[in-house]
Amino acid sequence: MKRRKVDLKALPGKTAQEVDTRLPVATPLRGILNKVFPDHWSFLLGEIALFSFIILLLTGTFLALFFEPSLQEVHYNGSYLPLQGVQMSRAYETALDLSFDVRGGLIMRQMHHWAALLFMAAIVVHMFRIFMTGAFRKPREINWIIGLSMFWLGFTEGFAGYSLPDDALSGTGLRIASAIMLSIPVIGSWVTTSLFGGEFPGEIILSRLYILHVFLLPLILLALVSIHVGLVFVQKHTQWPGPGRTNKNVVGERMFPRYAIKQGGFFMLVFAVIALMGGLFQINPIWLFGPYEAAVVSAGSQPDWYVMFLDGSTRLMPAWDIRFLGYNIPPLFWPTVVLPGILTVLPMAYPWIEARWKKDKASHNLLQRPRDVPDRTGLAAMALAFYLVLTISGGNDIFADKFHISLNAMTWAGRIGLLILPPLAYYFARRLALGLQQHDREVLAHGVETGIIKRLPDGRFVEVHQPLAAPDEHGHTDLPYVGWTVPKKMNRLGALGPAVRGFFRPIEQPAPPQQEEQPREEITSGKS
Amino acid sequence: MSDTNTQVRDAAGVDLDNPNLTRFDIVREGARRDGVEIVHYEPQYAPGSKGEKRMTRIVAFFFLLTGIMSTLFVIAFIWWPWEYELGPHASKYYTPVLGLTLGLALVGVGLGILTWGKKLLPHEIAIQERHDGPSSPEEQKLTGSTLQFIGAEMGLGRRPILKWSLLGLAPLGLAAAAVPIGALIKDPHHPDILFKTGFAGATRANPIRLMHDDGTLVRPEEVSTGGQITVFPNIPGGASNHYADSPTLLIHLREEDAALLNGRLYSINQNSPWSSFVAYSKICTHAGCPASLYEQQTNRLLCPCHQSQFLITDNARPIFGPATRSLPMLPISVDKEGYLVAVGDYKVPVGPAFWEKD
Repeated sequence: MKRRKVDLKALPGKTAQEVDTRLPVATPLRGILNKVFPDHWSFLLGEIALFSFIILLLTGTFLALFFEPSLQEVHYNGSYLPLQGVQMSRAYETALDLSFDVRGGLIMRQMHHWAALLFMAAIVVHMFRIFMTGAFRKPREINWIIGLSMFWLGFTEGFAGYSLPDDALSGTGLRIASAIMLSIPVIGSWVTTSLFGGEFPGEIILSRLYILHVFLLPLILLALVSIHVGLVFVQKHTQWPGPGRTNKNVVGERMFPRYAIKQGGFFMLVFAVIALMGGLFQINPIWLFGPYEAAVVSAGSQPDWYVMFLDGSTRLMPAWDIRFLGYNIPPLFWPTVVLPGILTVLPMAYPWIEARWKKDKASHNLLQRPRDVPDRTGLAAMALAFYLVLTISGGNDIFADKFHISLNAMTWAGRIGLLILPPLAYYFARRLALGLQQHDREVLAHGVETGIIKRLPDGRFVEVHQPLAAPDEHGHTDLPYVGWTVPKKMNRLGALGPAVRGFFRPIEQPAPPQQEEQPREEITSGKS
Repeated sequence: MSDTNTQVRDAAGVDLDNPNLTRFDIVREGARRDGVEIVHYEPQYAPGSKGEKRMTRIVAFFFLLTGIMSTLFVIAFIWWPWEYELGPHASKYYTPVLGLTLGLALVGVGLGILTWGKKLLPHEIAIQERHDGPSSPEEQKLTGSTLQFIGAEMGLGRRPILKWSLLGLAPLGLAAAAVPIGALIKDPHHPDILFKTGFAGATRANPIRLMHDDGTLVRPEEVSTGGQITVFPNIPGGASNHYADSPTLLIHLREEDAALLNGRLYSINQNSPWSSFVAYSKICTHAGCPASLYEQQTNRLLCPCHQSQFLITDNARPIFGPATRSLPMLPISVDKEGYLVAVGDYKVPVGPAFWEKD
């Protein structure tokens, strides 16, 4: 028998060759390894959403092994003594079991909930980054629309999950959702009874929300996430302007190893934050709320944060009822169906609106700083003000209670604020952007401010500037404005020594003042 | 490092078999063929330097932290008392301990990887050309013609009968839609579920008694003056979510408030209160939450969901907030045995408004 020799060192190369004979991957693989990604902290906000989504899939799968979305009436017989013998639905019972009778179930539930909140928060912040830097412009309009769709899908997905445990809060939320559906003109009552299988709450709604929550919506989200990231890959990431960066190139790092390693480390950190929050910070303690009963509600019932702006719009809506010929459109319809409709269509159309407004049909791969597009920055501030007023109004009873303000005054402040604050925000943000831009241009023309005041021989005082380049005879430098960071602090060649390094205590001793150094003539010109 | 081996770097086409090529030269050449120019490549620390050793130790420390914390996590997961006990007990710390150990384990691996990538790997700047914009006119023409030819091959333009017969496929789409829609659809009006509550069928001759959520019947003496309780129809499952539209607020008004209310009763609410007792639907007419916060002094009822406020002494008319409709009043009375009864169903549909609700 002949002994076969295996050369371990040659094994990886040999395997690679065997693979390449079957699937010629060498060229495409190298293309991926060498793909260049631009780097900036603000490009990582979307990743937080992506990583949260992965954690949601993992923890959600665990929860699904133990949860049963059934409205069958049972008497609780688990380990949480205060609810012993209480009549509840099977869904609420299994959610309690997950919290008390499944080892590690509670941390999984809490991680799942925190990850969902982080998912939505990251989406919102990422969306703001995209908007304020103009990353939605041609050729990336499609990805902007996909991103907006994912916000609303995540919103629905979150609401469906919030409704599943059938505790007092989720049942109340579901009842409001049924009222929202009822308010749709003409078809409202048909839609509601069809979805609930009869009158609210019926017996089937949780099973339907469950399949939506664990199958349909995650599937659509997964598909959209893949397209979203795939388009970033294919169209290549946008980059900030700067030295060597043009509309035609990408300046950064190759994907492997450094960029990919940083992504992996960042994923672990996001995972870590969610694990710490899931373990240390209680969220949605359903055993304190009790099972859902149609007659029971407590004050201060708040939805998850990303629903609060619609709760706020509902609270602020004046009692305007439209009635004609025996039919009516209830006031609930406008803030909960029409408003989200506007908030979907308007942003989706915005890339084309802006292109027409600014007469700009070109493709853009360079980002814009918010200060360089004051109109858009103003619009973003306007949207933010609108959103904040609504979100605060979604908790106006809590504000009224904690700060001893009249609840009705809070409502009126919200109504008035919703109309007045957004235009004000637009104005101030626009002025702020113009001011910052102006300051950049000043530094480019005159140099960095030194804070040193010089007295001229004729008695005038002027401030000394440190020019960024060789100045002309008027002391001006002719540097182009490129829309990127301009130095605003003196560098180490300036008149002052470098700052002492160290956070709590200096890690290096400041240089002792040199005895022999003569004071500079032009600074201490008071000597005469 | 960026300037090493410049002798082969600037060559237009690199001979990959050149024995003088370093591996980095080959990497750079591969990148160049992918349209990527590595313009700057510089290690952050000299190999074997003090700084490099320090960074290596930091990475190793983070990975060790992960090892320790993961072990602690597994130990805690298995042996920490986790089953719920009433009162202060170590089991209360089960979830925090799991979160802390798992979190720190992940922090360790995350920071370890990040330090490795950011501090130990060389700094680099690479530039890749973008190839966006439209395809070349030639490509556009080739693909466009192919598509048009496919259209011509199908020959719809030449065969009008085929075009019309495609309409015959439309019912297939209808069939696909019919199954889910047909199975899900539920007529809200036959039976008229939105217009009826658990009190349906109650009449003066044949009333339905009111009960507490535990099933006991309600006598007027139980509600003190100015007080309110939640009552349900005394029918099987009357207090369950099956009758989610039936919870009712029974309020014992003060004499003067009762007189005030009786003086301005809507015609539809005539004879509905009994003595100084009045019963309103608890389901808010705005979005369906239980409007349960009763302010005794001002006779207002507040819904905690969207802050609609209803005036008890005026037919529960909405006086603030987004609600537009009064809370429906339940006609009540007292039967021979002294129990409170409903002598009819609500006369207007309970709960949130909808299109067909006038």
